[in-house]
Amino acid sequence: MTAIAAPIDEPNIDTNQLCPTRFNKVPRGPEYAQILFHDRRFELNGAEKDFILNREPYRCAQIIVADRNWGGGSSRESAVYALYEFGIRCVIASSFGDIHANNCVKNGLLPVVLTEAEVVAMRKELHDRPGATMTVDLAAQTVTDAAGRVHDFSIHPVRKKCLLEGLDDLARTRQYIERFEIFEEAYRKDRPWLYGN
Amino acid sequence: MTAQTMFQKIWSRHAVTEEEGEILLHIDRALIHEGSSHAFAKLDAQQRTVARPRQIFAFNDHYVPTTGRDKGVAGIANPEIRNMVLTLAANAAKHGITLFGIDDPRQGILHIVPPEQGITQPGLVIVGADSHTSTHGAFGCLAFGVGASEMMHVMASQTLWQRIPKTMRITVAGATGFGVTAKDVILAIIARIGVGGGAGHVIEYAGSTMTAMSMESRMTVCNMSIEAGARAGMVRPDETTFSYMRGRPYAPKGTAWDEALAFWKTLPTDADAVFDREVELDGAAIAPMVTWGTSPENALPVTGRVPDPRDAPDEAASVEIQAALDYMALQPGTALADIRIDRVFIGSCTNGRIEDLRAAAAIAKLGRARIPAWVVPGSRLVQKQAENEGLDQVFRAAGFEWRDPGCSMCTAINGDQLQPGERCASTSNRNFRGRQGTGGRTHLVSPAMAAAAALEGRLTDVRELMTKA
Repeated sequence: MTAIAAPIDEPNIDTNQLCPTRFNKVPRGPEYAQILFHDRRFELNGAEKDFILNREPYRCAQIIVADRNWGGGSSRESAVYALYEFGIRCVIASSFGDIHANNCVKNGLLPVVLTEAEVVAMRKELHDRPGATMTVDLAAQTVTDAAGRVHDFSIHPVRKKCLLEGLDDLARTRQYIERFEIFEEAYRKDRPWLYGN
Repeated sequence: MTAQTMFQKIWSRHAVTEEEGEILLHIDRALIHEGSSHAFAKLDAQQRTVARPRQIFAFNDHYVPTTGRDKGVAGIANPEIRNMVLTLAANAAKHGITLFGIDDPRQGILHIVPPEQGITQPGLVIVGADSHTSTHGAFGCLAFGVGASEMMHVMASQTLWQRIPKTMRITVAGATGFGVTAKDVILAIIARIGVGGGAGHVIEYAGSTMTAMSMESRMTVCNMSIEAGARAGMVRPDETTFSYMRGRPYAPKGTAWDEALAFWKTLPTDADAVFDREVELDGAAIAPMVTWGTSPENALPVTGRVPDPRDAPDEAASVEIQAALDYMALQPGTALADIRIDRVFIGSCTNGRIEDLRAAAAIAKLGRARIPAWVVPGSRLVQKQAENEGLDQVFRAAGFEWRDPGCSMCTAINGDQLQPGERCASTSNRNFRGRQGTGGRTHLVSPAMAAAAALEGRLTDVRELMTKA
């Protein structure tokens, strides 16, 4: 994927920022494009604020280069719906909230972890050349920054497969259904007090 | 046998199989709430049923109003919010899930009710559709929050694919000082390790400070593990745990109790077990804490001052502090105890238990609230207990508002929220921008500190009021 990358310098972007709580009840759908960073992007009267994702060419960004601890806080998956519906397919940060990173992968959004120095340098390049594109190659596990330098990243093989092939977790689990039933029977026998009520 | 941590013992006993470095974990119990509508939508989209409905528990908490509850669901004026409550009830009925509904005498927050009912037990793996599921780890179980996709998987299979996390032990030793509570301990921990400090880890809280804590206090500490970036926090089960649990509705009884107890006693971390990371704190050195910024790690003793961006170690940190101060409308160098407050919120899954209300009431009775101050019990049972003890009368006499149970102004989606620009001393868990309402400003504090702020109309060192009393 080669796409416009938006630099977001602020660390600790929590899931409340990505999707303010009052929007959590919105059913999954295109409305989430407006919900992303809603209170950072819009005034109470709906007028646009000056926020990077409201500026051209970042309205078309598909990659975000962030800082540390992206997506900490609440477990809300709606934060990922908002990113996805806006068009974001990859977030590059030096660290992620654990639950949010899981939620990203389950919804086809790639979380890439690079070092703090790498993300800082990438964001600087993007600020210097607004609208520059970056390339993310999941199969090769590389990010090519705006200056053409290639950065390797690591990703768990299951996460990779999940993103590349749209792996269905439940289908995977079903292969072990017999093993689970044997496990569960023994488990219940060991802890009968859990199943009395 | 190799020495094991409590986490490893629980994890290995729940591992069904392994594939490419991921473990299929058996989930004992799962907790959901009105906001789990996305998980049910996914279940419906795949035309799946709930595999083990008796192991799923549903709670009306996030969206329920905290006044006018005598009319039940019909009393919810906002049709969208009412619909959330109705939808959960419909989904619970359809799938045979136990619901602690809006009219239930046991109704309350999903992290308050399961411990009260004995649903939370040592040695279990519990997942919840909420990041504060870490609360339950106070009982010596592995409990963590999941998103809608993972919750759907749990509901459909009673299992979950997980990678093995790292382990961290945080040892807090020493007797805490006068006026210092579990909330101050966890804020001090987060200030020390940072909001990303626990990422990828399960934390075990150990040491004499933790051992001396009540279950309520341990829950407060474990609750905010997620604010340190850790999905789960846990405390070894001991006599405090067992005596709390005895006689709870879902707790084992008779010979089953003895059998369970014998098992629970095998859970604590072995003496020689090794953690990936060890952190130590002096419990005696912790003071009443307050947050000044927009991240839970922005916590300082109440005797401190608002930091100056110019003192930051580097440019990035300076920009970060300045952005927080701009949002919070604070000037560098201001004494924290000089910050004027508009509202007070006492409640939430962090601090909505009986011990919290007792601590707040002990301060409230020393004066009268100068600003709107709400007390929202974490559950109907907490509310009833508090009323039996006369705490509601103490609060009312001091000008505090006594409300009905729910998440209320912690998550601010039931209509209870700050107005733009309002500044709140809050016993909740997150001081994120807009968390308590768009444009609202949050200072996280303990229940006693919140009550003190209400009496003084500013952030206040609760120890001064306690000394005068």
